[in-house]
Amino acid sequence: MLHALSLGGVLGLLWLLLSGIFEGWLLALGLGSIIVVVTFANRMDVIDREGHPIHISWRALLYWPWLAREIVKANWDVARVILSPKIPITPKVLRINATQVTELGHVFYANSITLTPGTVTLSLKNGALIVHSLTKFAEKGLLSGEMDRRVHAVEGADDNTVISNEHV
Amino acid sequence: MELLIDVISWFLLIVGSAFLLVGAIGLLRLPDIFSRMHGAGIIDTMGTAMLFFGMFLQAGFTIVSIKLFLILLFLMFTSPTTTHALARAALDAGLKPLVDDDEPDAKKLALLKKRKKERKRL
Repeated sequence: MLHALSLGGVLGLLWLLLSGIFEGWLLALGLGSIIVVVTFANRMDVIDREGHPIHISWRALLYWPWLAREIVKANWDVARVILSPKIPITPKVLRINATQVTELGHVFYANSITLTPGTVTLSLKNGALIVHSLTKFAEKGLLSGEMDRRVHAVEGADDNTVISNEHV
Repeated sequence: MELLIDVISWFLLIVGSAFLLVGAIGLLRLPDIFSRMHGAGIIDTMGTAMLFFGMFLQAGFTIVSIKLFLILLFLMFTSPTTTHALARAALDAGLKPLVDDDEPDAKKLALLKKRKKERKRL
């Protein structure tokens, strides 16, 4: 119920921000659309912790600035490598294990890795990631495990039930 | 004040465009599809983000900025997914990543060198 209300709230905010018109008829249309969407989502059984993860939202907001800084650093590194005459790359395929307990956490981590230039997630299966890294810098950053730790903190395993096996 | 905002905004737009260019050069210069994805990563992250920040400054506190922000957010969530799909497709098609092992594989190095030479000729 909490998730349905939150989904409705987010959709309502989205409608207002995207339309910017506060007339009775349009607001009524918006309300109608939101009710239809939430009802459909409810019947499809996609309103859950995984589909609408409000429990990690405020922690994710704290994580994003850190990720943004990492992305800038990695961009600088890869741009330098691309522009240097000899292209000093050391491409490697690495196997690493994610410490997150939920599937959502794994996806969060894998996407963070891909979003950082220099590392791309090739495969993700049961928390085992195969990552392609381009440079020494990217490889070192990945193996330091800081991102893994931070995503684990965002996931908040303490107050989180393991959902990864629910749908299997 | 308006001039300052314009200067900062244009700085971001130009530097962002430069990163787009670097990403495109990376797409051409890097040796195989997996390393080329890193070049595309520069375009997806730094290039796009800087262009968007430049556009935020041009739009100011308006509904346009909110829409721009939503587009940026959407891109940040979808671009890793498409990159991942591309990588999986390449792997499924039987492409193997070129790898720089600690014990150098003579064949791969020869291939890398050959490609470098080909690029030089171009």
